Amino acid sequence: MAELKLMKGNEAFGEALIREGVDGYFGYPITPQSEVIEYLMTELTHERTGMVTLQAESEIAAINMVYGAAASGKKSATSSSSPGISLKQEGISYLAGAELPCLMLNVVRGGPGLGTIQPSQADYFQATKGGGHGDYHMYVLAPASVQEMADFVEDGFDIAYKYKTPVMLLSDGVIGQMMEKVMIKEQKPRLTDQEIHEKHGDWATIGRIGGRERNIITSLYLKSDQMEEHNQKLQAKYKKMEEDDCRWEEIQTEDADYIIVAYGSSARISQKTIQLAREKGIKLGVLRPITLFPFPKKPISELANRVKGFLAVEMSAGQLVEDVRLTVNGKVKVEHFGRNGGIIPSPVEVLEAIEKLIKE
Amino acid sequence: MDIKDIIKPENLVYKKTELMTDNVLSYCPGCGHGTAHRIAMEVIEEMGLTEDTIGVAPVGCSVLAYDFMNIDMQQASHGRAPAVATGIIRTWPDKIVFTYQGDGDLAAIGTAETIHACNRGENIVIIFVNNGIYGMTGGQMAPTTLPNMKSSTSPFGRDVETMGAPLKMTELVALLPGTNFVTRHAVHSPGHVRKAKKALRKAFQNVKDKKGTQLIEIVSNCNSGWKMTPVDSNEWMVENMFPFYPLGDIKVDGKIVKELH
Amino acid sequence: MAKVKGAIVVDTVKCKGCGVCVVACPTQVIDLAKEVNGKGYHYAYMENPDACTGCSSCSIVCPDGVITVYRVKVEN
Repeated sequence: MAELKLMKGNEAFGEALIREGVDGYFGYPITPQSEVIEYLMTELTHERTGMVTLQAESEIAAINMVYGAAASGKKSATSSSSPGISLKQEGISYLAGAELPCLMLNVVRGGPGLGTIQPSQADYFQATKGGGHGDYHMYVLAPASVQEMADFVEDGFDIAYKYKTPVMLLSDGVIGQMMEKVMIKEQKPRLTDQEIHEKHGDWATIGRIGGRERNIITSLYLKSDQMEEHNQKLQAKYKKMEEDDCRWEEIQTEDADYIIVAYGSSARISQKTIQLAREKGIKLGVLRPITLFPFPKKPISELANRVKGFLAVEMSAGQLVEDVRLTVNGKVKVEHFGRNGGIIPSPVEVLEAIEKLIKE
Repeated sequence: MDIKDIIKPENLVYKKTELMTDNVLSYCPGCGHGTAHRIAMEVIEEMGLTEDTIGVAPVGCSVLAYDFMNIDMQQASHGRAPAVATGIIRTWPDKIVFTYQGDGDLAAIGTAETIHACNRGENIVIIFVNNGIYGMTGGQMAPTTLPNMKSSTSPFGRDVETMGAPLKMTELVALLPGTNFVTRHAVHSPGHVRKAKKALRKAFQNVKDKKGTQLIEIVSNCNSGWKMTPVDSNEWMVENMFPFYPLGDIKVDGKIVKELH
Repeated sequence: MAKVKGAIVVDTVKCKGCGVCVVACPTQVIDLAKEVNGKGYHYAYMENPDACTGCSSCSIVCPDGVITVYRVKVEN
């Protein structure tokens, strides 16, 4: 049964994993996302649904446990925060290369290095451009509420299995730590072993049942022509994602002269700026990318034909703005407003940045 | 008696198991990897585990193990096979899961994954082939390279003062409560192959009985890396590797059966 | 008294001529050929077939699994 609850973003993510019928969660503590594994351990997931929750010896081990479980047809997930996600990059590259479905959450904190435990969006490049080695992308969803921390678990797994690809939820310390009411979906049953054989038996490594040919999970293609062919297959997948599964939200863009492009926490702050701007007679709208990869190029380039300028608002030093500029392609001006190091921008400073954009 | 009269299907006593594919092994002539692969596959076939077994291949010479072992296989990143195997066995507790790893993979880059999988007592078989060198990358020093042994990154011999002493991972993991059966073998002679195969059978039976982590080290040769003929490398192995890595059981049924030093 | 007679068949295309079987054979049946196979290896062959007992020692140690062994009981 669906339930309305008051939860932290991290907890909502954990509860959604259980209700999604996930088979295995493998994690390692790091602030500000340790509540995910703490919640799962407290909930005794194995007793509730049979879901395995395991604390690994490192983020590296955790992502490789995800690899092993995903490669044997089990629904698996992990979560971490920025320094931990850096450690997972090798595993993520292997998951993408071996075409394995899984879900990862990054509750972003400020960097580089050990950085700060305060919220940030500075892992945008890492999440959207690949992160690890090789030509690959993850499908990246950016939750902007506790509700979306829960909802994107189901959406993320749907995409992960549709494309056989790793999916990342790129969140931040604000969304992970804050409490909001959240409608949690009803419990989905975990797939039975028989159902896994039927659904994934053609590719998953679960033993040569009935004497079938062996299945192999690998990202190794020593012959260049095969490696290129594999790369082209991956690229075709990313193109299809862009055509069919790109998501965004437009807020008061119909009559807007100026558009803020912002995701996650920054998008919420920017919504308040719309109100402040419109009180001053500035027709402002917000385009919120819900998927950061694929990036919503289509609506942004359409808006670029009728608005006077864009402002990318982000808790990073100018990462999102690069994608906006590439998309707008010089049609109108695109400026950046960002705060770093765990500072959350205020609606008023965002308004000031808009006013500056209008003046220039 | 004419040879043609002997070579008849009814007189067949030994042929390569069907669980080894017909692909030509990518190993150098005389390399023990091929034998280690084959006896592992023979055990799986003889125990009737083909439909339940999932293997994990490492990075190293045996990176392509999945090309040769005719069972469901996953290829892991360097050193992470025990973590990958953990992901499988935890979500499929009734399957038979094994890793096949070399010394660079298991004892250097994958030290943490090895120790923690063993310490948690993951119900897996770890087949650890130790030839004291990085074979695939061209004969560099491994954590297991013997003192004073030459390699391309210890061209004047391994100086333990600056390069550290060889790491005996097998003895080390035997001390952990999670390991159930820890043993060291070789595959250079018929008698040693038979013993190694017996140990593998015991290990696979133990995971079937859910007894915890099984680690079978196979001390092997690397004639290319050691720059010797295959037969000479086996002799060198007996003379030099075995005194440092003595063969035999270290831990049986969860009890240490050998003085460790 | 019954006596055993054996014979081996070497897959000479795949044999890498490592010679491990040569030293493993307790009755000195095997040697490496003077000729080479397509990969340039001096493959193993039965140089002294009469001595073969079909004990399988060669095939057990063959890293490439290229030796098949046959054995038959011969009544004297």
